[in-house]
Amino acid sequence: MGHAHVEGSNYLNHEKGLWSWLTTLDHKRIGILYFISVMFFFLIGGLFALLIRLELMEPGQQYISADFYNQVMTLHGSIMVFMVIIPGIPAFLGNFFLPIMIGAKDVAFPKLNLLSWYCLICGAGIAVSALFAGGIDTGWTFYTPYSIKTSTAVIVFVLGAFVMGFSSILTGLNFIATTHKLRAPGMTMNRMPLFVWALYSTAIIQVLATPVLAITLLLLVAERALGIGFFDASLGGDPVLFQHFFWFYSHPAVYIMILPALGVISELIAAFSRKTIFGYTAIAYSSVAIAAVSFFVWGHHMFVSGQSELAGAIFSGITMLVGVPTAIKLFNWVATMYKGSIRLDSPMLYAIGFMFLFTIGGVTGVMLATMAIDVHLHDTYFVVAHFHYVMVGGTLMAIMGGIYYWFPKMFGYMYSETLARLSWVFIFMGFNITFFPQFILGTQGMPRRYHDYIPEYAWLNKVSTFGSWFIFAGFVIGLISIILAFRKKEKAPMNPWGAKTLEWTIQSPPIHDNFEKIPTVNGGPYEYR
Amino acid sequence: MSTARIDEQGNKVYMQYTDASQQDATGKHGVWLFLVTEVMMFSGLFVAYAIFKSIYPEIFYEGHKFLDWRMGALNTVVLLSSSLTMALSIYYVQKGKNAVAMGHLAFTLLCGAAFMVIKYFEYTHKIHEGLTPGHFFTYANGETANLALYFGIYYCMTGLHGIHVLTGMALIAWVMYRLKKGEFSPTQYTAVEGVGLFWHLVDLIWIYLFPLLYLVS
Repeated sequence: MGHAHVEGSNYLNHEKGLWSWLTTLDHKRIGILYFISVMFFFLIGGLFALLIRLELMEPGQQYISADFYNQVMTLHGSIMVFMVIIPGIPAFLGNFFLPIMIGAKDVAFPKLNLLSWYCLICGAGIAVSALFAGGIDTGWTFYTPYSIKTSTAVIVFVLGAFVMGFSSILTGLNFIATTHKLRAPGMTMNRMPLFVWALYSTAIIQVLATPVLAITLLLLVAERALGIGFFDASLGGDPVLFQHFFWFYSHPAVYIMILPALGVISELIAAFSRKTIFGYTAIAYSSVAIAAVSFFVWGHHMFVSGQSELAGAIFSGITMLVGVPTAIKLFNWVATMYKGSIRLDSPMLYAIGFMFLFTIGGVTGVMLATMAIDVHLHDTYFVVAHFHYVMVGGTLMAIMGGIYYWFPKMFGYMYSETLARLSWVFIFMGFNITFFPQFILGTQGMPRRYHDYIPEYAWLNKVSTFGSWFIFAGFVIGLISIILAFRKKEKAPMNPWGAKTLEWTIQSPPIHDNFEKIPTVNGGPYEYR
Repeated sequence: MSTARIDEQGNKVYMQYTDASQQDATGKHGVWLFLVTEVMMFSGLFVAYAIFKSIYPEIFYEGHKFLDWRMGALNTVVLLSSSLTMALSIYYVQKGKNAVAMGHLAFTLLCGAAFMVIKYFEYTHKIHEGLTPGHFFTYANGETANLALYFGIYYCMTGLHGIHVLTGMALIAWVMYRLKKGEFSPTQYTAVEGVGLFWHLVDLIWIYLFPLLYLVS
């Protein structure tokens, strides 16, 4: 670019005023917009989670009615899925770092990038407005026939999810084009950081799967508004067809949620073990493998839906295949740490915590993929514990690790390491206290989604509720550590961790164009030793 | 703010690209990816079609009798001609004959409008007979159960396709506006090409819809 670079100028002070943020085409600023919005949604979804646990602290009704509980549970689920975990890593950390990591000045389509943020915000606004139009109590899966019959505002909420889907599609499309076309000279596909590989695989799923959700949700709206009959048995349709449509998107969507997290962990493990990553190619291609397999496993959500046993057996087998690429990653991370010079800074603590929790989540996933076990555990708290181990123990731990890892680069300040570690202690401990008892409750037969339970389940539920407060405390400490970092303004160096990927070769915070001069890449991303 | 510069050929190149050819290639890449999402979206409806066709072949046979294949065939011809003129308009932009290209785009737009008009007559005719979707289905034939389901599929598929025709028309109008402003040249015409690709996909979907809905036997 022609304009000379002014000393002390960066993307944050390049332009000033709220309007410059709301109209920005800079991928870094859009990443920050996502950061702020996702944090806000996370707060809302988290408060709903606390409310759920509070109500479940004792058997019987404590604070909220059963109807209201159903709404709270639905909102917790759908806010966390559609507004927090799906955009969480790709649209926030990915937006900020994908172009920098491949040596580009921006994403391929900056205007689409901004549009995708507005889609998320508008979609979220529409969805939340359902609260004032009668609420929604279908659960985040909108299963028919209930979603057709309930008197709550399903159409409004589903249209909100539809609009948010565009946000996801546009981000994915942008990332694929960016990865293919905007790599710096010498940045071959096999020299890309593993986070980029993970985002790329995620983007493939976003582009291929989300349109199917779009048509599913439109059909649901048509079903409710016009009674077209696709999902209504009395009109010749089939409610299970909705489940097939829904999970054809929503199972791959689970990998939209976890793949970027796996990418973040690859970065953290390499940087804090100060060692070349073990099995680069295996980790990179295992991301693509997970993305590919993810499209053929949706039926494992439907073992008890009445689908044929043969279909169930096939889905069960393919589902177990997912364990292979996932385990490849995990073993490679462990092999990377072996004989590495491990530094236990807070991002690394989160990465190690991730490895523990995600392993438990993954192994229980294989258990649930086994049909005979699933029939027993289906719709129990075992499933709830399983996916929280993957989504919270996995993705949220990775987001936290990623935020602490890249915070100095994003904002140019260091944070209090003590507070960051303390937040990890609370979140990691609280998480296990909250969700491990739910595995036991599930095996004992406690059904999920109910507002009440028999007294035999009482004490484990109480433990679980106590745990949720620890998690809350952990995130509050995390928030405080970030606020304090902005107040203390302790300048961050260019590369506080001694990491090797491209984002650490530029100024903190980066200049508007990312690079003074587009770099030429001569080697792999993790050449430590 | 994404800033752009003007290169030696007079092309506008945005800052994230090294040159105009990278910019064009990326743009085309994006359009193809977008078309993939469109195919995935429609595939949901095609799957629904296949499932219900296998469960209730009789409603498709009964239902198709209410559709006028001559109207459908006419619309197929209209869209196929529009695809030809769309492709030719890209050719003429490449050759620098912008005025001829403009004429072809205008004809394409006209075909899109003609398609929608014919569709409008088909729809109103059916609505008049009570062959309306779902709860509003009032046609009393009493013989074929679940006939309304066929019309549910018919309206969903042709309706979503119709929305895409309208979108395509809006895009063609946008390209015409830009052509008039002189933004396209033999070296810079990615937008025309992209809209062309979209228009061909919309035609292609109709090529499938026509036999699947009108020519059942």
